[in-house]
Amino acid sequence: MSVLVYIESEEGKIKKAGLEVASYAKAVAEKMSASVTAITFNAEETSELGKYGVEKVLKVSNDKLAKFNAEAYSDAIKQAAEKEGSSVVVVSQSANAKYLAPLLAVQMEAGYASNVVGVPESTEPFTVKRNAFSNKAFSFTKIATDKKIIGLAKNAFGLVESNASASEEAFSPNLDAHDFDVEVQSVDKATDKVTIADAEIVVSGGRGLKGPENWGMIEEMADILGAATACSKPVSDMGWRPHSEHVGQTGKPVASNLYIAVGISGAIQHLAGINAAKTKVVINNDPDAPFFKAADYGVVGDAFEVVPKLNEKLKEFKEKNA
Amino acid sequence: MKILVCISHVPDTTSKINFTDDNTKFDTNGVQFVINPNDEFGLTRAMWFKEKQGATVDVINVGGAETEPTLRKALAIGADSAIRVNTEAKDGFQVAKELANVVKDGGYDLVIAGRESIDYNGGMVPGMLAQMIKANFVNNCIGLEIEGDKATATREIDGGKETLSTALPLVIGGQKGLVEESDLKIPNMRGIMQARKKPLNVMEPANAASATEAVKFEKPAPKGEVKLIDPDNLDELINLLHNEAKVI
Ligand SMILES: Cc1cc2nc3c(=O)[nH]c(=O)nc-3n(C[C@H](O)[C@H](O)[C@H](O)COP(=O)(O)OP(=O)(O)OC[C@H]3O[C@@H](n4cnc5c(N)ncnc54)[C@H](O)[C@@H]3O)c2cc1C
Repeated sequence: MSVLVYIESEEGKIKKAGLEVASYAKAVAEKMSASVTAITFNAEETSELGKYGVEKVLKVSNDKLAKFNAEAYSDAIKQAAEKEGSSVVVVSQSANAKYLAPLLAVQMEAGYASNVVGVPESTEPFTVKRNAFSNKAFSFTKIATDKKIIGLAKNAFGLVESNASASEEAFSPNLDAHDFDVEVQSVDKATDKVTIADAEIVVSGGRGLKGPENWGMIEEMADILGAATACSKPVSDMGWRPHSEHVGQTGKPVASNLYIAVGISGAIQHLAGINAAKTKVVINNDPDAPFFKAADYGVVGDAFEVVPKLNEKLKEFKEKNA
Repeated sequence: MKILVCISHVPDTTSKINFTDDNTKFDTNGVQFVINPNDEFGLTRAMWFKEKQGATVDVINVGGAETEPTLRKALAIGADSAIRVNTEAKDGFQVAKELANVVKDGGYDLVIAGRESIDYNGGMVPGMLAQMIKANFVNNCIGLEIEGDKATATREIDGGKETLSTALPLVIGGQKGLVEESDLKIPNMRGIMQARKKPLNVMEPANAASATEAVKFEKPAPKGEVKLIDPDNLDELINLLHNEAKVI
């Protein structure tokens, strides 16, 4: 018996989130006295997966799957699960994994728990802890079906090394024409920047920054920290920043390790999107800004004075700790 | 074109989240319920199709009688008729099966659901429904154009977007971007009056089984007080982030 994990890659390279789901799959497999099999699509180098507990890699190489395709990928994962006798499949919660998981659940007749934040509390019954109510509560969810799909929330488990080594096996799933009924025409990606979904650190600005011309210092901080930039909703509504940076209930969710909010009041709709961030720092000139109640660290002060000073200090810190 | 919009009835974002019965049930006391925000974008896009290209728009909810005001609101926004499948919504699997049961007889060309509901955040109903009825599916949909039976959809991906082409019948999991927020439709007096006369059909469920069950809830541990750092001592902030939080 094995736990099957879907490992995402980009341009042939395994994504860091892929190592996290592998680590997690290993922990689940240990609870079930099972091994871990991974499935990859057009990934080149997969040996590092062994370091994170994977014992066998099923490598799908198929030019028709060069671009992500939810239907075809889920079809392939289902066939891999059958071949390996896997009753548990682990996926990440990237936009792509969230796209294919429900399709896979129906194909496998498997219960699917999304946004899972830890290893199963028990395997009989199979119960996992997941985020619910926009991260305002946890739900302990029992998966009642024989087969199970777990969607692991980003940064919920981290990377855990173990000293397995992964064997490789070519895998050619049977795909049919219907798998290609949804066809990718074009992909539009901001490749040179860290994205909010992948970032370990997010630096975010709100209406307190007064105007788009003041974002230089936010971008500078993001540069120093290797962070993604984000903003509150009014900022993107006014066109100061692109919509893709809008964070919150109606925007993007953030699950980074560090979230730095500058000139953001901390309205509940904003907080709904960042509850999953681990450490929150707030810089705001109003000591009564609600964000201070949600933050771990706070600086009461004028952003235009604090941020440039902080940037200088961060630069020094980075140089010393490089 | 015949469009079905799936409407989830969810606690308003600002609601306090509490549980009763030894933390096994969501406490609805004092909670205001609204149309799930992701569904609102979809409903407005459906109205756009109706006005610009001609379509009938039905809305549907799987839930008890308490969800009817939410369906009436969707009617007031402009949907033609509403369906309520009379059963408690237990999990994504069960809801998708109940919806599939209605869709397979309804002759819908397009089913619009929200990317996820803001209560259980499952993000599974639209994809499951699509798979059950063997329709094409696009998730995280932020743009949709339809010409004849061809559809062009834009989908948000991590760090960008993607344009896809496909054909009807189609199910989408929609979100902000399908329409601009400033274009969201709000019911007006005339709409509210008309909604009272529009059909709201109650259907008996197919009694589909659920695959998962929320057995218990827990609230995050109360957060400690924020540590305030003097703006003249930012070294302290860096020290805390490095040594205490270990995030830089
Ligand atoms: C249905 C709905 C959905 C919503 N969804 C979202 C969402 O997804 N994301 C979101 O962000 N919002 C959302 N909102 C809006 C939300 O309610 C707030 O209006 C918004 O988050 C406020 O943004 P802000 O904090 O940047 O601006 P403001 O509320 O204007 O706050 C600006 C802050 O900056 C501070 N400030 C001003 N000058 C300085 C300075 N020089 N130095 C330091 N600090 C300064 C002020 O003290 C204030 O706290 C939603 C609202 C609704 C009704």
